[in-house]
Order: sequence, then structure tokens, then C-alpha cells
Amino acid sequence: MKIAVAVFPGSNCDHDAYHALKHVVGCDAAFVWHKAGDLGGADAVILPGGFSYGDYLRTGAIARFSPIMARVVEFAAAGGPVLGICNGFQVLLEAGLLPGGMRRNRGLKFICEQVHLRVERTGTPFTGRARAGQVLRMPIAHGEGNYYADPATLERLEAHGRVVFRYAAPDGTIDERWNVNGSTAAIAGISNAQGNVVGLMPHPERACEAALGSADGRVVLESLVEACAAARGGAARTAAGGGGAAAGEGTARTGAA
Amino acid sequence: MRARVFVTLKPSILDPQGKTILGALRSLGYGAVEDVRQGKFFEIDVAAGSAGEARSLAAEMADRLLANPVIESYRVEVEEPGRT
Repeated sequence: MKIAVAVFPGSNCDHDAYHALKHVVGCDAAFVWHKAGDLGGADAVILPGGFSYGDYLRTGAIARFSPIMARVVEFAAAGGPVLGICNGFQVLLEAGLLPGGMRRNRGLKFICEQVHLRVERTGTPFTGRARAGQVLRMPIAHGEGNYYADPATLERLEAHGRVVFRYAAPDGTIDERWNVNGSTAAIAGISNAQGNVVGLMPHPERACEAALGSADGRVVLESLVEACAAARGGAARTAAGGGGAAAGEGTARTGAA
Repeated sequence: MRARVFVTLKPSILDPQGKTILGALRSLGYGAVEDVRQGKFFEIDVAAGSAGEARSLAAEMADRLLANPVIESYRVEVEEPGRT
């Protein structure tokens, strides 16, 4: 089993993700340069955090046109698990693999601190080992993580259980006071309709060892490894039944990735 | 031919930078300022046969890359040579 970590110019959490996968969770990981023509036969893809292309124009706006993103779009459409962390989430939004957009944080400050997330959905390849309602502590580090979805999109996300993580109090209470960046409905992470593509602003890969302040992020990566093992074990990728529906959601973009 | 593309957050989207600038202008004594929206401005030189072609090219670029239709809207102007 191998998990690919995409590397864009300006990615800076790629090594964190690689380390957490390879040395903490103990699975095979490989970097994939953004100009690569394929994903190297990986079972899953992580788009890591950072500042791809210096966040020029908009966060993730240039990276989504990188050659590797065409392969990621195909991989996602075929049901492959794709996780976007922080800047990776922003890239997934720009690519139209997830709906909505990012605004500057409420208060305009770059926020770098530990937050608490409540797991809202367990039926994804990234939360399969978590309990519904479980509270995870992990860091955020972003200036543009104020997630926005218009009312119709929000209704669709809520109705289909596609909100995966919400910013919460340490006891799991959802309250605007704990909505650290002002996101719509305190959303920290969402999935696509099939559930195989997930994006979140907090950093599970930086919260995999007690020495780093929290090991709560491990459940996300361990869930992924378990899901990949199950898929390898002959279980059909039921999500693949959705065909190409995973692509092009959320935006009215005419551009080809 | 030069096209100009103005990108701003949609009116329904809160613009925290605009609000901060509004506060700064008021603190400078510009009490007449009612609202500020901050945006982006692009000057694009294109080889186009007509103003209409330049306009539609610039609009296509805005749709595909310069603006994010989820949160932003844009406006295109074309400067026609000899008419300025």
C-alpha cells in the first residue's frame, strides 16, 4: 500500500505528512512532484498544506492547474481517496472537487494555534476509525480558512451529512465563540457527495505524536490506511459507481484542470 | 489591445479588508465614506482583432482563473487604441 503526497512549489507540510505516514502510522509514502504525469500507482493521495505558488492570485488558484491535478481529478472520480489539508483543501475547492470557497479569516489575522474539532461524519476513508462526536485536538495555521458556502450549498452539505469536521469547544460544544476563523456553520472540513474526497483546514499530520502536543490526528491517517487496506482486500470501490460525478462540483468553472 | 479586469467579492460576501480600510478612512476624518470594497485589478495586453474579441477573451480568463465565481464577481473594460 502506498500513499502519495503531492508536492507543489510552496508546499511546506509535505514532509510532515510523509513523516506521519511513514514513521508514525507505518505505511509506505511517496512524494509526487506537481509536474508528474501519474500518481505512481498510489492507493490514496494527500494534497499537503503550505503556500503553493506563494498564494498568488488566490490560495490554491494556480496549483489547481498543475499537471498532477488532472490525475487527481481522475483518481477522485474513480473513487480513490483524496485528502486535502489546509492549502490542499484550498486547492480542492479551486479545482471544483469540493464546493464552496475560502475567505480571509474573520479578524484578518493569520491564526496559528491548537483548536478542537468535532467529528461530524465517520463514513469517510479519513474518519472510519473515529467516533461520531469525538473531539480531536490539532493545530491550524492559516490566513484564509474562513470557509464560505452559499445557503443552497450549505443546505446540500448538511442534508447529506457532508460536513466532516466542525470547530468546537474542548467538550465538543458547537458555539460561534469557538468558530476560530468565522467559517460558515463552523465548518472545518467537508467531503464530496461520494465521501472519498475530504478537505480540512486543521493539520492532522502535525498532531500525530504526543511530543508535538497531540496525537489526535493519527485517527485520520490510520482511518485512511485501514480504508486502503480494505480496498486492496478486494472490497469493491463502491464510490466508483458515482463515475465522473466527483469532478466539476460546486463551481461553474469552464476551465479544464 | 488592453483589457482591464476588476475582481471584487460578491456583494453578499463580507469583505473584512474593505471594512478595515473603511475604519481607517473614518479615523482619518473621512466621515463621508459610507462603504469600501477591496478588489483586484488586472491589465491584460492581448493580440485581438476587435474590442469584442478582447472583451470575450478577458471574460473567459476571468471565468477560468482570475476570479473565483463562488465568492467573486468581475467586470471587464477594453481600451481601444486611438479612441482614448
